Amino acid sequence: MSISEISRRRLLGGTVILAGGAVLSRFGFAQSAIEGGRLVVAADSEPRNLNPAIVASNGVFYIASKIIEPLAEASFDGTDGLAPRLATSWEGSDDGLSVTFKLREGVTWHDGKPFTAADVAFSAMEVWKPLQNIGRSVLANLESVETPDELTAVFKFSEPTPLQLIRNALPVVSSVLPKHLYEGTDIAANPANNEPVGTGPFVFAEHRAGEYYRLTRNESYWGEGEPKLDELIFRVLPDRAGAAAALEAGEIQLAAFSQVPLSDLDRLSANSELEVVTKGYEALTYQLIVEINHRNEILNNLKVRQAIAHAIDRSFVVDTVFLGYAAAATGPVPKNAPEFYEPDVTLYPFDIEKAKSLLDEAGYPAKDDGPRFSIRLLPAPFFSETRAMGDYLKQALAAIGVEAELVSNDAPGHLTAVYKDHDFDLSIGAAVFRGDPAISTTNLVQSGIPDGTFFSNQGGYANPEIDKIIAEALVTIDTEKRIELYNEFQKLVTADLPLINVADWGFTSVASVDVKNVANNPRWVVSNWSDTAIAG
Amino acid sequence: MHRAWRLTKRRLVASIPVLAIVILGTFLLMELAPGDAVDAYLVSLGGGDSRLADDLRQSYGLDQSALSRLWLYVSSLARLDLGWSIVFNRPILDIVLERLPNTLWLMGAATALAFTLGSLLGILAGAWPGSALDRVLSIGSLTLYAVPGFWLGLVLILVFSVQLRWLPTSGIETIASGKVGIARALDIARHLVLPVASLGFIYLALFLRMMRAGMGEVWRQDFVLAAKAKGLSRRRIVVHHVARNALLPLVTMLGLQAATMLGGSVVIESVFAIPGFGRLAQEAVAGRDAPLLMAVIIVSAVLVIIVNLLVDIAYAWLDPRVGSSEAASR
Repeated sequence: MSISEISRRRLLGGTVILAGGAVLSRFGFAQSAIEGGRLVVAADSEPRNLNPAIVASNGVFYIASKIIEPLAEASFDGTDGLAPRLATSWEGSDDGLSVTFKLREGVTWHDGKPFTAADVAFSAMEVWKPLQNIGRSVLANLESVETPDELTAVFKFSEPTPLQLIRNALPVVSSVLPKHLYEGTDIAANPANNEPVGTGPFVFAEHRAGEYYRLTRNESYWGEGEPKLDELIFRVLPDRAGAAAALEAGEIQLAAFSQVPLSDLDRLSANSELEVVTKGYEALTYQLIVEINHRNEILNNLKVRQAIAHAIDRSFVVDTVFLGYAAAATGPVPKNAPEFYEPDVTLYPFDIEKAKSLLDEAGYPAKDDGPRFSIRLLPAPFFSETRAMGDYLKQALAAIGVEAELVSNDAPGHLTAVYKDHDFDLSIGAAVFRGDPAISTTNLVQSGIPDGTFFSNQGGYANPEIDKIIAEALVTIDTEKRIELYNEFQKLVTADLPLINVADWGFTSVASVDVKNVANNPRWVVSNWSDTAIAG
Repeated sequence: MHRAWRLTKRRLVASIPVLAIVILGTFLLMELAPGDAVDAYLVSLGGGDSRLADDLRQSYGLDQSALSRLWLYVSSLARLDLGWSIVFNRPILDIVLERLPNTLWLMGAATALAFTLGSLLGILAGAWPGSALDRVLSIGSLTLYAVPGFWLGLVLILVFSVQLRWLPTSGIETIASGKVGIARALDIARHLVLPVASLGFIYLALFLRMMRAGMGEVWRQDFVLAAKAKGLSRRRIVVHHVARNALLPLVTMLGLQAATMLGGSVVIESVFAIPGFGRLAQEAVAGRDAPLLMAVIIVSAVLVIIVNLLVDIAYAWLDPRVGSSEAASR
């Protein structure tokens, strides 16, 4: 899996890393002899709930994925792009009404109790489906989980459910909780949500609020010879420049999720002790999007939306906003989801003249004494890149005679304005592609979503044709046919522009060269790190 | 001691309306800010449907009207109960008690540094107004004052932690070091050197400038001329007559600075990853955790009131004129 369109700078960055040496060994298993030691990594936040079965977010996974494991994890080379974890195999029935999981033998919880199918059934029915932010939609049709024996779990669905969707959702949705600690309690308020107990390679040891999380080696982990590390520490470093300094001073060995600002990467990659790693985020692709409020009469005009799409210089955005650490987007599915990606869509190359003539045709001619029209532009404050994109889009729109008024909010303010009050014209947002379009992509354009649902279509866009495809793909069992539907979906979205996809980006990690087996799966930062080791 | 007690009583009574205004103002500001605690939480989740948001709102009691929430808060506050933090999912009192000492150490040390070094350098500058030393100190202090605290912090980190590796970059103590007693105290002190320096140096400039300006005024007074005429040594004039009389406004400044320094610690605590009060305030705002923010503000307000009270008492002690007019009129 690779991003085919790599920018020049990224390529250059890659050669610098290679020239730094020692890079080949870290992606292989040549260093598997190294054992023990303490790895200290940076964390930029402390999730208030550390339970990934309830809160399936990257911030929680970053820490909790080492303690609590899913049924399967994303993989570069495994079948269906998966590597088995607590499940060893999965099989769907022909009618799409059931999926059978065979579970791993000889796995125990950190408190010594055996792991069985009852834990999986409990997690699915009591936690993933009713409580989890992602599971609530993906597993909406899950009716029951049968456990014919200790190591078999059969998921029964009320509607045909594509195995492909379930498979793709496994790494995110299927974190298994110990039934014996949660049964009969208020699950959302269980103390184990903050001191998690799992089956993973590391055991939760302590959390010093504002300082660090400490995880220790699970001596009875099922993976042979794993984990490699004795201790894993997540040190809370809220300041991004502070994280870079801690890396340079050798106090921490890894900072993930672009915690080190992009502008510092050049300086850090010159340090022979450190390297910049862009791998390990392939299944965590973030999408820079321009959300459009179709309630605005001007923006409801397709020609206007096309003009805006043509006014954006995507390669400028990639090179300047992302300093090369991104790829220009062509549509709602990113290129590094090759299973679904459709290259043959309507493209909007940077063309100011065309944008201007489209606006003329739409009935908004250039004026001598002012802009063609004015709109409010709300950049999401989640990333410095989304804010920078707001500044860029304001200028790009000015170039075609459209005035944009920048409205800045903090995160809760932005969510309220865009998704609840619909008080915006354009918004710069960040969407996440979670391995399957049905998880968190189609809801960006689908109609009929209740008001106030964050990161969904709240722009008042409704297209029956697109809605029909989305609904059909949700119950299409045949993988080939399902992919065809999503290819059609991408064509329709790019033609009608309910939103504008600008760029797709993965994050970067900065790691000490002593850290081994870095980035060896597409969700590496949020996977279990059982084979991660540290030299010296 | 009578004067001190009277002052204390007056201050405490005056602080009650201040606290009430602070509480009401904070609550109003948080209400006016778009989005609530649930919105802030859902950002960290990466989304969730609106039913989930409704459920959360209900469990946090956010579905009630603003007025009933304010009433609930004030009535529990009257029972000295600071409430429950939404962001941390813990009792607020526990969090406050955990974080406050770090900030008190940081602020106390920084204030001491700024005050002592600032006034000493101020005396040096003010002893020979217009001299080369005075000019260097004046320009240096102005430059220092113009530097943003976080930037100074980062530069200090780069020099002393990254380049020289003398001091740790951040944190309040070494992670899971198992140190106890004196070893632990020394470890914490080592971690505090850079943050205290970055916070203290900026306010140092203020004290320096004030001392120098105050001395400049005193130099022109008749009694200094008289002292000179008496043939006292310059050293004696500077220390016993000029500096001493210029010191009083600095004590006032000390009280005023306590409030500003709390603000400055927000930034410094973030840069140096110190789990303190300033960072708590920032986390409370980002999470729209109204009860937590109010607790932070109330405790800060109390802190500032106490510091100012101490300053007033010190003032009364240093300057017999203060408060005596009242005693005479009674």
